[in-house]
Amino acid sequence: MTGSGVVVFVMRRFAVAVPLLLIISFGVFALVHIAPGDPVRSLLGARASDPATLAAIREHYHLDDPFLIQYFKWLSKVVQGDLGVSILGNRAVTSTIADRLGVTIFLSLMSAVLVLGLGVVLGAVGAFRRGTRLDRAVVMFGVFGISSPAFVTGIFLLYFFGALLHWFPIFGPGTGFLNRAWHLTLPALALAISVMAIVIKITRAAMIEELDRDYVTFARARGLSSRRITFAYVLRNALIPVVTAAGLIVVGIVSGAIYVEVTFSLPGLGALTIDAVQKRDIPTIQGTTLLFSVFVVLVNLATDVIYMLIDPRIRFGRVES
Amino acid sequence: MSAPAINETRKTKLPQRLPIVILIAVLIIAVVVSCAVLGEGIAPYSPFLQRLGVGDTPPSAAHIAGTDLLGRDVLSRVIYGARTALVGPVVVAGGAFAIATLLGLLSGYLGGLVDSAIMRWVDFMLALPGPLVAIVVVGVAGGGYWTAVFVLVVLFTAPDTRIVRSAVLEQRPLPYIDAARTLGISKTRILFVHILPNVLPIILAYVVLDFAFALVNLAGLSFLGLGVEPGTPDWGRMLFENRNILFSNPVALLLPAGMIILTAVSMNLIGDWLLERFAK
Repeated sequence: MTGSGVVVFVMRRFAVAVPLLLIISFGVFALVHIAPGDPVRSLLGARASDPATLAAIREHYHLDDPFLIQYFKWLSKVVQGDLGVSILGNRAVTSTIADRLGVTIFLSLMSAVLVLGLGVVLGAVGAFRRGTRLDRAVVMFGVFGISSPAFVTGIFLLYFFGALLHWFPIFGPGTGFLNRAWHLTLPALALAISVMAIVIKITRAAMIEELDRDYVTFARARGLSSRRITFAYVLRNALIPVVTAAGLIVVGIVSGAIYVEVTFSLPGLGALTIDAVQKRDIPTIQGTTLLFSVFVVLVNLATDVIYMLIDPRIRFGRVES
Repeated sequence: MSAPAINETRKTKLPQRLPIVILIAVLIIAVVVSCAVLGEGIAPYSPFLQRLGVGDTPPSAAHIAGTDLLGRDVLSRVIYGARTALVGPVVVAGGAFAIATLLGLLSGYLGGLVDSAIMRWVDFMLALPGPLVAIVVVGVAGGGYWTAVFVLVVLFTAPDTRIVRSAVLEQRPLPYIDAARTLGISKTRILFVHILPNVLPIILAYVVLDFAFALVNLAGLSFLGLGVEPGTPDWGRMLFENRNILFSNPVALLLPAGMIILTAVSMNLIGDWLLERFAK
């Protein structure tokens, strides 16, 4: 496939992603109407309900227009970066999100490093020592990870390493890079354990499959070193399925971060979302939900493109099944 | 992940007797089920009995697992919590697979336009960040246990439909289907009398896995204050209500947290084991 083929492929994926984004934005917009009761009341929040304020809200959110017109007016504002105003603080949703973004990004990156690093190593170790005690322990750890959501693991970590051993702080996000990393170690670990299970499972299965292939036997027969076979051939091929699972991993981290931030009282986007949900602050919920969903869709898009670039078999349309 | 054909000869034969791990998992589930069924019979106190003067106390002879902020017996609340921990996930796993089985059978067997329509819907649902959708929709709709159960049924149906469909697609080229069609047996009869029993074991294994996933999700929503009503004895809710007494009575957090993990691990182990046995 030539350069133009790649362009066509990317364009085709965009053609799927754009309608998806539109449907998601429509769903997010419709949240105002899912909330029980009159939308004006939901948007009013704690403000006094005098006729002037109600009229101002109707005017601001175009509530007297037909539903679809409301949606398009809302969407055109969102595209311009205006997510509306929080019903609680009368503060622009975008600036609240900007304040909270740092903690969530730090936490997510930290646990992504843990998920990929530890996950691939454990999965590979399990595959190499297939059938042994070590392998069974790795598999069991994977089952444990899938079964223990981040908020549950978080409570155990908080208790043992925070409250009992005092190794890590149990509250707040910290300031400065190192201090923050220290504060976010337990949350990132709690988040990583639940998501890591996916990576362990996929890496292990892919490694086992690759190790059985003829090219490995051939490479061994030719006297290539084990290290070379593992790192230059087997691992490279086995990591392709891990890349395709990137979407799953990102969804796991992003939604897990919501629970972890609540568990460890971290002022991130997830905690903001839950706070807004509990206080029925619809504009803030719309803002964070939209941000999270768009991010997930874009990651999926990027995953497909990267997948195609790293696996020539896809580019040449020669992949089986 | 199905192993390539070349592996078949090398693979060690699965032991026919019940592995010890699965036995333990079944025992744990049996204990949880008895807690849910016997409730009043085995709980030392009423889970709602408040003794405000007592407050949160660490484990003692009278209260093996201590008490929470309102002086309620933690052990009794954990025992009663088995109810919401079982009922919701059973409804989610059962409901999602009931719908998914119907859609998957139609999609896999009929093909064509029906198949494309159902699969486009599945693709769309899978492109959404499911856990986030659950939190936001349940939260905005006003929360509640059954709202959460309903939303999870909707979210779980899509991946389950894909599972049933691919199981049906494996059956389609088999000779018995051709034979049934040659005999002039109706499509409905082929679907429900001939194909369904053959895909049912795999569905059953996934129902068990779905149960574990639903338990974790429902507990999560209750932990965020969006699931069960305040005051309900529920493992997730207990983590929410007791998060401030980590120092005075850690058992009030560690016990329900441990129960969530134990129950989910057990169901995942049983599900994986069933899947391994049934998927060839």
